[in-house]
Amino acid sequence: MKEGFRQAMAWLHTWTGLIFGWLLFAIFLTGTLAYFKAEITHWMQPEIPARTLSSEASLTLAQDYLQQHAAGASRWLIDLPNAREPGLTLRWQQAPAEPGKRGQFTKKTLDPQTGTDVQGRETMGGDFFYRFHFQLQMPYPWGRWLSTIAAMVMFVALISGIITHKKIFKDFFTFRPRKGQRSWLDGHNAVGVLVLPFHLMITYSSLVIFMSMVMPASILAAYKGNAEAFFDELFPESNRPTAAGQPGQLIPLAPLLERARAQWPEGQAGSLSVNNPGDANASVVLERDGAEGVVHDFGRAVTFNGVTGELLSTTPALPVPMAIAGAFYGLHMGNFAGPVLRWLYFICGLAGTAMIGTGLVIWLGKRQLKHAKSGVMPFELRLVEVLNIASMSGLMVAVVAFFWANRLLPVGMAERANWEVNSFFIVWGLSVLHALLRRGRAAWVEQLALAAGLFCAVPVLNALTTPYHLGVSLVQGDWAMAGFDLTCLGSGLFLGWAAWKMQRAGRATSVPRARVRPVPLEREAT
Amino acid sequence: MKGKSSTLPVSYRLAVTSRVLAAVLGGYVVAALASVSLTLWLPMARAEAVVTGMMTSFLAYLVAVLWCFACRSAWQAWFGLIVPSVVLAAISGLAYWAGHP
Repeated sequence: MKEGFRQAMAWLHTWTGLIFGWLLFAIFLTGTLAYFKAEITHWMQPEIPARTLSSEASLTLAQDYLQQHAAGASRWLIDLPNAREPGLTLRWQQAPAEPGKRGQFTKKTLDPQTGTDVQGRETMGGDFFYRFHFQLQMPYPWGRWLSTIAAMVMFVALISGIITHKKIFKDFFTFRPRKGQRSWLDGHNAVGVLVLPFHLMITYSSLVIFMSMVMPASILAAYKGNAEAFFDELFPESNRPTAAGQPGQLIPLAPLLERARAQWPEGQAGSLSVNNPGDANASVVLERDGAEGVVHDFGRAVTFNGVTGELLSTTPALPVPMAIAGAFYGLHMGNFAGPVLRWLYFICGLAGTAMIGTGLVIWLGKRQLKHAKSGVMPFELRLVEVLNIASMSGLMVAVVAFFWANRLLPVGMAERANWEVNSFFIVWGLSVLHALLRRGRAAWVEQLALAAGLFCAVPVLNALTTPYHLGVSLVQGDWAMAGFDLTCLGSGLFLGWAAWKMQRAGRATSVPRARVRPVPLEREAT
Repeated sequence: MKGKSSTLPVSYRLAVTSRVLAAVLGGYVVAALASVSLTLWLPMARAEAVVTGMMTSFLAYLVAVLWCFACRSAWQAWFGLIVPSVVLAAISGLAYWAGHP
C-alpha cells in the first residue's frame, strides 16, 4: 500500500463495494419498493377498497368491535385508516399468563365502512419488501445485524468513493456514451454524485435507526448495565399503569380525537392504544400520525384517563439529540412524504440501486478485458459474474414472480402468504441455477427479457384475474392501483430496453474491435 | 493493491488480513469507547448524552476504518487504533469511577 492515500481509498472502495455489493443491491431495491409499501399492499389485496372516511366513524366501529371481541384484553391497539392504508387495523394483547412475560397478540383488519372482518386474500403485500429490506428473511436479530453491517460497509464505500474521485464535480459533467467500460464508469459516477445527499442520508440514518442494537456500550455505561432504564426514560408512555382490578366503564373514544387535535396544531392522531379497557384504571394514549412531520417523534402522545376522560399527560417537546435521531429516522422512512416527494424517494432509491449495480458491472468488466482474448475466465471472475446476474436480473424476476404469485395462487390456499414469499425465493434460486448453466451475456439477456415480459404483462394479468384493471382504476381515480399497473409496465419496458442493449452490445464485441485505449491511472483504481 | 492475486506474496496477504481485522474489530472498539467517553462527559441529561454518543460513534468507526487502510503498514494500523482506544478508555474510566453522571 505504498501508492498513496487516494489509491488506498480506491482499493478500499473496490473491495468493500464488491463483497457487499450483491447484498446491498437487494437491500436497496427492496427498500426502494418499500417506499410504496402501502400501495403495493393495496394492489395485492384489492378486496379492501380505498375510500376516505372520517376517523371518528372508524374509531366508533373499532371500539364496538373490540368491546364485543376483546373486552378482557389488557391492551387494545387501533391503527386508524388513512388515504394510503385503507384498512382499519386492530390488535389486542391478552394479559400475560405470568408477570414479566409478553401477552399474546391478536390482529384483525376491518372494513372501515361496515365494521366487519375484511375477507382479503392472505398476503404479506408490500410489507414483505419492507421486512426483507432490514431483516433479510433471517431469524431475529441476525438479519438486522447483517443489514446494519452492510450499511456500515456502504458508508465506508461511499466516503472512500468520494475521496477516490477527487474531481467529483468535473466528473459529473463527463459522460461518454457508447464507450463500453468507460460509459459504465461515467454512469456510476454521475448517478453517485447526483443523488449523493440521498446516499449519505439513507446510509447514515440506517445506522442511527439500529444504533441502540449495534452500539449499546454507552447505554450500558451511563445506566450501569440497566438498558431497560434507558428505554423507559426515552419512551415515557411505555410505563403503563397497572389494572386496578375493579370494573370501569370506558368512555366513547371518538371525541378524544378532537381533544387530541387541540393539543397538536394541525395534527392528527394516527393510532390509539387503550390500556386496561373495562378497568377503573383504564387509560387511552393517542399517538400522532407519522405522516405529519419529518421528525419522527418517538412516543409523542396525549394520554387520557379512560373512565373520566381527564387529560393525564402530553409528552413534552423533544430534546435536540432525540429530535436529530428522530429526523434521521423520519427521513429514512419517508412517512411524511406526499406523492411527489414519495416518487422522488423512489427515484433516488433506484439511483442508489443503479449505482451499486454499475459498480459491480465495472469491477467485472475491467477484469474480464484481460481474459477477452483467451476466452477462458478464471473461477473467481465466473463466480462474480454468476452472482452479478442472479443478484440483479434474477432479483428483478423474483420481484415480479412475487406479484404473479399473488394473482395466480388460489385465494383459499392454506399458508397462502407464505407461498407468495416462497415463490419469490424459489424463482431467485432458479435464477442462480440459470446463470450457472448459461454463458454470461446469454444469461443476462434471457433473465432481463423474462423480467421485462412478466412486468409488462402485470396489467394484463390484473385485468384477467380481478375486476380492478386499468380501465376501472383510472376511471375511478384509484391511483394506487393504476399507478402500480403503470409502474410495472414502465419497469417492463425499461428492462426490455436493457435486454435489447445487452444483446446488441454482445454482438458488437464478437467482431474484432479496436484496441481499448488505456484509461488514466486514477480511473484504473475503481 | 491491485488484483493480481496469483503473484501476491503471502506476507502481503497476511498484512491485508491484519488490516481488515484491525478495521472491523479495532474500529468497533474505538467507536464504542468514543461513544462511552462522549456520553459520560457531555453536559446533558443522561438519555440525551447516550443518544448523542451513539449517533456520533459511527463517524469514529468510519475514520478508524479509513485510517487502517490509509496508513503505511498493518502494524501502524493497529498502533493507530490501540493508542486512541487506551486514551478513550482512560477518559471514560475516569468519568465512570469518579461517579460522573
